[in-house]
Amino acid sequence: MSTRMIIRRLGGGLLVLWLVSILTFLLVHLIPGDPAEVIAGENASQADVERIRTELGLDRPVLTQYVTWLSGVLRGDLGHSLFTGKSVVTSIAESAPPTLVITIMAIVLAVLVGVSAGTVAGLTQGSRVDRLVSTLATLGIAMPSFWLAMVLVSIFSLTNPWLPATGYADLGEGFGTWLSHVILPSTALGLATAAELARHTRGCVADVLTRPYVRTARARGASGAWLVRRHILRNAAIPVVTVLGLQAGRLLGGAIVIEAVFGISGLGTLAVNAVLQRNYPVIQGYVLLCAVVVVLLNLIVDLAYGWINPKVRTA
Amino acid sequence: MTPGHDTARPLLSVEGLTIDLPGVQPGLVEDVTFQVREGHCTALIGESGCGKTLTSMSILGLLPASVRVSAGSVWFDGVDLLTRTPRQLRRVRGGPVGMIFQEPMSSLNPTMTVGDQIAEARRLHLGERRKTALARARELLERVGIPNAARRIGAYPHEMSGGMQQRVMIAAAIACEPRLIIADEPTTALDVTIQAEILALLRDLQRDLDLAVLLVTHDLGVVADFCDDVVVMYAGHIAERTTVDGLFYDPAHPYSSALLAAVPQVGQARSRLTVIPGRVPSAGGLPAGCRFEPRCAHAQSPCGERQPDVSLGDGRRTRCGRVASGELTLQGALRG
Repeated sequence: MSTRMIIRRLGGGLLVLWLVSILTFLLVHLIPGDPAEVIAGENASQADVERIRTELGLDRPVLTQYVTWLSGVLRGDLGHSLFTGKSVVTSIAESAPPTLVITIMAIVLAVLVGVSAGTVAGLTQGSRVDRLVSTLATLGIAMPSFWLAMVLVSIFSLTNPWLPATGYADLGEGFGTWLSHVILPSTALGLATAAELARHTRGCVADVLTRPYVRTARARGASGAWLVRRHILRNAAIPVVTVLGLQAGRLLGGAIVIEAVFGISGLGTLAVNAVLQRNYPVIQGYVLLCAVVVVLLNLIVDLAYGWINPKVRTA
Repeated sequence: MTPGHDTARPLLSVEGLTIDLPGVQPGLVEDVTFQVREGHCTALIGESGCGKTLTSMSILGLLPASVRVSAGSVWFDGVDLLTRTPRQLRRVRGGPVGMIFQEPMSSLNPTMTVGDQIAEARRLHLGERRKTALARARELLERVGIPNAARRIGAYPHEMSGGMQQRVMIAAAIACEPRLIIADEPTTALDVTIQAEILALLRDLQRDLDLAVLLVTHDLGVVADFCDDVVVMYAGHIAERTTVDGLFYDPAHPYSSALLAAVPQVGQARSRLTVIPGRVPSAGGLPAGCRFEPRCAHAQSPCGERQPDVSLGDGRRTRCGRVASGELTLQGALRG
C-alpha cells in the first residue's frame, strides 16, 4: 500500500473520529430538559444543580463548550466522574486491561481455530471433517455467548474444579493464574467469531480451489502445503480479513455480557454503571474509546488488504 | 510442413482414452488415440464442448473431480502417466511437460509476482533457492520477449497486458526445459495482433528448444501455420486423425470438411457464412452411433449405428464409414 493511501485512510479515520466527537459531546445536550437538573437527579438542591452546571460549563454557549471540551480531549482530559470525582481517563485505564486482554485472546482463538478448521473443511469439501466443521460452525453461531459462558463454567469450574468461575487476575500474579482466569471468558466470547470465520474461510478456500490459477500451479508441480500456503490461503484471506475486521468491533461490545457472567470489572461494567447512573463524562469517554478502537481496527484491516492483495496496493 | 510419415518417434502417445461423467454420461470422451511426435506439433481441434480440454487435462491428471478416466493409457517417454502415483505425476507436471492455459489473467496467481510464478517450477523440480530461481526467471522473461525483465520480475500479473501475461505463462511453462508443451487455446483470449506475436514466439521456442507441442485450438489458421499432425474431435470422439496437408487438401470426415467450409474465405467477400446446423450434443445426450450423424449433411441410414475407426494408411484414420468405404469423397478447403 502506498504512503499516499495510508495517509488518505488515516485522514478518513480522523474525520470519523471528529464526527463521533461531535455526537459524543452533544450527548449531554440531547437529554430532554435542563441537562444540569437531569444529571443532578430529582432530589438535588438548587445549589447542586448550579454546581453541576458550572462544572460542566453548561452556562456557556454550546460552541465554546465544544471547543473547550475537545481541547481537553485532545490533551487527554476527558473530565471527571460526576460521582467519584475520579478522572475519566484513570477510570478507563483501570478498567481497560481485563476487557482488552479477553477481547484480544478471543480474536487470537477465533483466528487460530476458525481459520484452520475452515481451511481443512474447504480443502476436503464433502468429507466427514467438512460436515463436522460446518455443523459445529452453525451451532457456534447459533449459541448466545452468555449461555455458552454458563455451560463452560458448569463444566470446567463447577463439575470439574479446573478453572476459576469468576474474577480476573493480572499477568503480574503469575502466568498460570492469569491464563486460568482468561481461558473461559475468551473462549465464551471468541467461539461465535471462530464459527463465523470457519464458515467464511471454508467458502473462500472452496472458491479459490476452482480458480484457474490453482490449476496452473498444480500443472507446475505444486501440491500439498506449498500449494495451500502460496496459492490458496493468500487469495482466500482477502474476504476473511474483512469479516475479521467486522467481528473485532462486535467482540468489544460482546465483552460487556461476558464480563457480567464472569464477574470481571472491565470496560463493560464501567460503561453499564455509567449509563445507569447517567454519569455522562464516563459515557462520553467510553464512546470515544470505542470509536478510536473501531477506526484503528479498520485501518489495520485496510493495511492488511494492501499486504495480502497487490491490486489494492497500486489502486 | 513436415510430412506425417517421417520417422520422429512419438513422445506422447494417448491410447484408447475414455473419460466418464459418472451418473450422467459414460464415454464423455471415448476411445481417443493419438500421438505427439518429438519436436513436432499436433493440433487438437473441434468446436467448444468437444472434449479437447478434458483430453489435454487428463494427460497430467488435472481433470476436475466430477469426471474420471475409465480406460486407456497415456504414454509419455515410455511410462503410462495414468498409472503413476500422485508423487510421480507431480515430477512430470511442470518438469518434462509444461502447460499453457487459455486465460492468462485468471490463470496467473494475482497475489504472487510473475517472477515467483516463473521461478516456482525450478524451486519445486530442481530444488533451486529462490534467488537462483529468480535469476533464471529473469533470463526466461528476456527469452519470451519481455523488455526490462529485471524490473518486470517483481511485477504482479494485473500490472501487465494480456499478451505480456501470456508470455509470462509461456516462460513459466518452459522454466524446467520441458520436452512437451500442452497449450490449451493459448491465443483465444488475446487480440488478433497479439495472437500472431504469441504464436510466433511459440514457434521460435519449439524450434530452438526442440519442443513437442500439443496445441488445443479451434482456429484453423493456427493449425495451418503451426502444426504437423491434426486430431479432429467431435463430441468426445476423434472424427479424424490426419496430417495438416491431409486436413486441408483431403479431409476424411464430414465434420472436418464442414469445419473447413465454415472458415470465411478471403476473396469471397459478401458471400454468406457457412455454418454447421445444430449444436454439439451435451453430456447425457450423446448419440449411440456416429456422434456427428444428427448434424451431418452426408448421413445415410446405417450412420446411426456405431461407426468404425478405420485406418487410411500413413497413420491417418477416420470414423466415417462412408468415407472409409470410398462411397463418399469430401471437398477440401484447397484443391492442390
